Amino acid sequence: MKKDIFKVGDQVLKSRLIVGTGKYKNLKETARAVKASGASMVTVAVRRVNILDKKKPLLTDYLNSKKIKYLPNTAGCFNADESLRTLRLAREMGGWKMVKLEVLGDKKTLYPNMIETLKATKVLVKEGFKVLVYCSDDPLLAKELEYLGASAVMPLASPIGSGQGIQNKINLSIIIKNAKVPIIVDAGIGTASDATIAMELGCDGVLVNSAIAKAKNSFLMAESFKNAVISGRQSFVAGRMPKLFYAVASSPLKGLI
Amino acid sequence: MAKIQLNGRKIKLNSKYSITTLLKKYKIDSKKIAVELNGKIINKNKYKLINIKNKDTIEIVHFIGGG
Repeated sequence: MKKDIFKVGDQVLKSRLIVGTGKYKNLKETARAVKASGASMVTVAVRRVNILDKKKPLLTDYLNSKKIKYLPNTAGCFNADESLRTLRLAREMGGWKMVKLEVLGDKKTLYPNMIETLKATKVLVKEGFKVLVYCSDDPLLAKELEYLGASAVMPLASPIGSGQGIQNKINLSIIIKNAKVPIIVDAGIGTASDATIAMELGCDGVLVNSAIAKAKNSFLMAESFKNAVISGRQSFVAGRMPKLFYAVASSPLKGLI
Repeated sequence: MAKIQLNGRKIKLNSKYSITTLLKKYKIDSKKIAVELNGKIINKNKYKLINIKNKDTIEIVHFIGGG
């Protein structure tokens, strides 16, 4: 396979797998799983420093942001203003322009509030951010995000943390076909084969957190995802055989005795 | 003396504090955080220059694990 470059915004990423750093038992396990996944970018959240516990271990002590790119998210934000505040703080903290916008609309489903998402995307792009946007799997809204200047569009496969896999392949395929920016499936991936399917559909990348963090053996699952994403990508680039209704023999009939 | 709100908690500061000295008091590495003073993000190179006043609301944030 000739050099297959994955470029998002102004960054070239070695791996098409982006992993989350939440939900692990501890930071040591987080760091081990991230390493096993081979990911070159991880999502992180912005939260208050615990001023009462000065010895609390820090994520930055376990994951060196000089070696692995941090992608700050807006998890927990339910409107454009909250998410803008969070990402402006993130930019001040690390100096990164690349961020993940995630404006939630409903606590039960964690579905994105697309009206607020569109609003925030517009402002962030204007302020010079490279925005990767978590969104619904609506082809028209995905295209609208692209028009607004999103660096990548990240439709959900199914609800965040549900592990239900890709529920709407048709929508995802339409989004991919129409897109001129990278499409990264974010949310709902449950196991390695889900990631392979996403990549085979033509996604540019996959973002996974719970499926790795909540696996019985998170390190092994991280490695499994690494292989699954590579495998799916290779399969997509290779181009699959056409599906046929009836059987076609694999051995030639000529010379049959 | 200044009564301030720091990360949602009411705090009393008995002497004059800049943002830099406040971070030192809580043993916080200024490279790993961002500070918001009364809703405004403060540029890192201004931490030394800004004195904390009575009724200030300060938020100090950092990166944690997330998806």
